[in-house]
Amino acid sequence: MRSSRWQAFNPVWNQLQQFQDEMNRLFDRWGNGNAFNAASGFPALNVWEDGEEVHVEAELPGQDLKDVEIYVSGGNQLTIKGERKPNLPEKGVWHRQERVFGSFNRSLTLPFPVDADKVDARLDNGVLHIQLTKHESARPRKIPVKAD
Amino acid sequence: MANITNQATKDRSEARAEATRGGVFFTPRVDIVETDGELTLFAEVPGVRPEDVDLRYEKGELVLHGRVKPSANRQAMLLQEYEEGDFYRAFNISESIDASRISAECKNGLLTVHLPKVESVRPRQITVRGA
Repeated sequence: MRSSRWQAFNPVWNQLQQFQDEMNRLFDRWGNGNAFNAASGFPALNVWEDGEEVHVEAELPGQDLKDVEIYVSGGNQLTIKGERKPNLPEKGVWHRQERVFGSFNRSLTLPFPVDADKVDARLDNGVLHIQLTKHESARPRKIPVKAD
Repeated sequence: MANITNQATKDRSEARAEATRGGVFFTPRVDIVETDGELTLFAEVPGVRPEDVDLRYEKGELVLHGRVKPSANRQAMLLQEYEEGDFYRAFNISESIDASRISAECKNGLLTVHLPKVESVRPRQITVRGA
């Protein structure tokens, strides 16, 4: 199970993250998955929060929504799995073959629990967009201050 | 079916002389397959609406430019594994393609371009009659 480490987003961190991903790729090539195994895997994800909502985006060009499964488990575990099926002519001569097909399975640990009943997913021009709502317990609460 | 192990679906494009505005260009991944009647090109352009595809054929060159609408201001990024930007790629098309009949469609971020061969280069079945 791959999990992601969460840190405040800033440019320096992002560069460090990129460097770390490079290193991971280097080690992965030698078949040596290690403790630095942070965010990686297909599809690549962008995640941001907006108030009470969390948005997850992934590029899945040519994908059918029926070939994608999305699960929320354990309160803060998001899983995206599916299959990229080639829809290509059966016969013919290949000149280029750069696109990748096959199955994928990506799990992500969110930094707060989300409401499993309020998950909305759509595919918009080949971009998967998942909208999650933070669970009641993770929302900021206004505490009324009583005056005597 | 095998698992997909490579994360990237696109590669950063090399610098273009023509870029007039800032931002990143990406090289879309393509499949090109040749059948008896045509060459078919499949290009992955996630985030590009059909009306934002600019496909031109000029002097034997097919130029693909897909515009991606800049995303809304995302202040609180938690994880960023890919960047967004326009797609650009150019192909040299051989003379055996009938440029006047090139057609294309874009669906779910997948651009399909049909490049029909000129009539004279298509394989032809010759009927052999008995005497």
